[in-house]
Amino acid sequence: MKELLSGNEAIARGAYEAGVTVATGYPGTPSTEILETLARFKDDVYCEWSPNEKVAFEVAAGASLSGARAIVTMKHVGLNVAADPLMTLAYTGTVGGLVAVVADDPGMHSSQNEQDTRHFARFAKVPMLEPSDSREAKEMVALGLDVSEEFQTPVILRSSTRVSHSRSLVTLSGRAARQRPLGFEKNPARFVAVPQFARGMRVRLEERLARLSEAAARSPANRIERRGRRLGVVTSGIAYQYVREVYPEASVLKLGWVYPFPNALIREFAAAVDEILIVEELDDILEQHVLALGIPCQGKTVVPRIGELSPDVLLASRAKLDGKAVPAEARTASPAATGDLPGRPPVLCAGCPHRGIYHALNKCNVVVTGDIGCYSLGALPPLSRMDTLLCMGAGVTMAHGMDKAGEPRPVVGILGDSTFFHSGITGLLDIAYNRGASTIIVVDNRTTAMTGHQPHPGTGRTLMGDPSPRVSIEDIGRACGINNVATVDPYDLKNTVRVLKGAIASEEPWLVVSRAPCLLDVRQTLGPPLRVDEEVCRECGACLKLGCPALECDGGIPRVNPLLCAGCGLCNQVCPAGAFEVEKEVAS
Amino acid sequence: MKLQPANAETVPSLRQETTSVVLAGVGGQGILLASEIVARAAMLAGLDVKTNEVHGMAQRGGSVVAQIRFGAEVFSPLLVRRTARVLGALERIEALRQFDLVAPDGLAVVSSEMIVPVTVSSGQASYPADAEARLRSAFPRLIYLDAVEIAEQLGNRRVANLVVLGAMAGELGLPDEGWQEAIRGSVKPRHVDVNLRAFAAGKEAS
Repeated sequence: MKELLSGNEAIARGAYEAGVTVATGYPGTPSTEILETLARFKDDVYCEWSPNEKVAFEVAAGASLSGARAIVTMKHVGLNVAADPLMTLAYTGTVGGLVAVVADDPGMHSSQNEQDTRHFARFAKVPMLEPSDSREAKEMVALGLDVSEEFQTPVILRSSTRVSHSRSLVTLSGRAARQRPLGFEKNPARFVAVPQFARGMRVRLEERLARLSEAAARSPANRIERRGRRLGVVTSGIAYQYVREVYPEASVLKLGWVYPFPNALIREFAAAVDEILIVEELDDILEQHVLALGIPCQGKTVVPRIGELSPDVLLASRAKLDGKAVPAEARTASPAATGDLPGRPPVLCAGCPHRGIYHALNKCNVVVTGDIGCYSLGALPPLSRMDTLLCMGAGVTMAHGMDKAGEPRPVVGILGDSTFFHSGITGLLDIAYNRGASTIIVVDNRTTAMTGHQPHPGTGRTLMGDPSPRVSIEDIGRACGINNVATVDPYDLKNTVRVLKGAIASEEPWLVVSRAPCLLDVRQTLGPPLRVDEEVCRECGACLKLGCPALECDGGIPRVNPLLCAGCGLCNQVCPAGAFEVEKEVAS
Repeated sequence: MKLQPANAETVPSLRQETTSVVLAGVGGQGILLASEIVARAAMLAGLDVKTNEVHGMAQRGGSVVAQIRFGAEVFSPLLVRRTARVLGALERIEALRQFDLVAPDGLAVVSSEMIVPVTVSSGQASYPADAEARLRSAFPRLIYLDAVEIAEQLGNRRVANLVVLGAMAGELGLPDEGWQEAIRGSVKPRHVDVNLRAFAAGKEAS
């Protein structure tokens, strides 16, 4: 049976069919839907959202050492968090197959950087597979698990935004029977990476890498497509699809098993074509290797290293290589009709509880160290009230660093509930232990909102839908040694401002929990939509500084879009004239 | 080493036999559902199909674009600029924003809905007052309709996306039964009827 699946759905399907029994991860665009899809098979596959990627990776490693087939999913920056277990699991190796699915985000559609995960494969000396569509995504999960078991190594499956979020046709199969019996077999020389054992593991790691390179050269995941002799293109992942569109006449070395490099195959291909072009998204990893083999090639001279590739980008590369003008199709054609369109960036939703906190912070003269989640949108105008964003957890720790450096203004750190559980707790512990004075705000909307409402340790339920203890952020704060803990309702602006001003003025650290659920998650509004009384409105624009998408204004008196308004009433709280009133006839 | 310039025979013939479709709108308008329906209709017609859409921020009121490509064998999920046969847009300026993707002789089906972005409300930019005139000059083949009004008459303004799909369908040449089945397979059972009626109303309006 054929189905139209996204790359992420196909990866989940591949894990199910290949007999995976443990699947872990932390949500992150573009990887999130893998575990959400796999959790539909919860009778066969244990699935969990772990508090962070490091935890998720280690849980999967434990499952593997007991003999289970496991996958762990994350976005590219998640592997930074999970790098510690990856680097040494490469030494100890796996028992049951373990595939780490890591989704890169070239072009930074939804990420803070566009790091190229292929570096991690080389860094950790582990094999990497790279699918170019959903069919391959499904098949490569099984291949990865087989390779992991045969060579006793973790395997990285690298996806990207365009593979994860493109749909294509996939043939479905049934679920494979369990491959091996469960039961951990004690073997300290393999599983205990103390120096005396790790030195032996280090030698075996290099031996394994050499065997893997030979296997990669023989693997059907890597193939030569013979067409013309004049040009041979070496490519992998989604870039392969673009190459087929833009270079229909070229021979192609299509790499699906991208690391360790299949040297024998690269040499065979190079011998069969006159010229070689390397088309790879992001860094020049393959190009540098081909050059190191002594094979002349072109690559980043014509193919950009920044941002994602596309057929348009490759058409421009092709023209550049051929010494021709860029064809019309590949040029942006922006006539007067479209040149001055207003931007439509994502914004905090109408009724979003984060809006009240940012409005309150705008009443305080502070530096705000921010973090990663929906509340990152508070950095944009008109709220403009988040000053830094680095990585998960840095909203807490950078506040402490500025405070200890003697920053003249008070520093407030802000992060979400899921981010707090991910990596905020250790930072809070640091502030309490080292006697900092920052104020940390946890905007607790009771879900991992930005990635599409995944549960976490504070929500009281698991990915598989079971009830679980609802962890209290306030209790964690007190347990860390923060003595001043307050909870505010972010829709009560007056009280929120009062509490924040008190906390900021204090010489001691404060934890302020701003608690109100994400309205998209609970699918509720807070009240009937408001409307503007045009007799009362003074057109002062105070309400528009909230950046609410339900408040539309194209000059003159603002109006409320009743279909978007969630009835939170913040606009009326900030209106000096009290011009907002409840809409009499509520639209459906 | 420098590669020789390609001769005329080796210049790529962009895969004309592949049909490319673009859907555009604002997060929450149902672009992703519409994309799924087009893709299923193509699949049910026995064609190869690929789609692409960017998630993550889509629910947060930002611009949303989806691309669908179908034909005998489709490679890239992303189309080449100026090659889309049809653009379907659920908001005026979101249609203009995708001008660049549509073939010069392509069809644009645009709902006249106007959603003012926060960049305009907060005074950072202005919403073009002449959006309709711009649409008419940008797209020689334009179907400009009030999809929300038509959807409201059917009792559910949220099916404006299916009204636009219906108006696009004629240009795509996919069998009608496939569209019906794709709609049935993509929406909740209790919403099938109103979605089918919205699709039919869109076809009528085209």
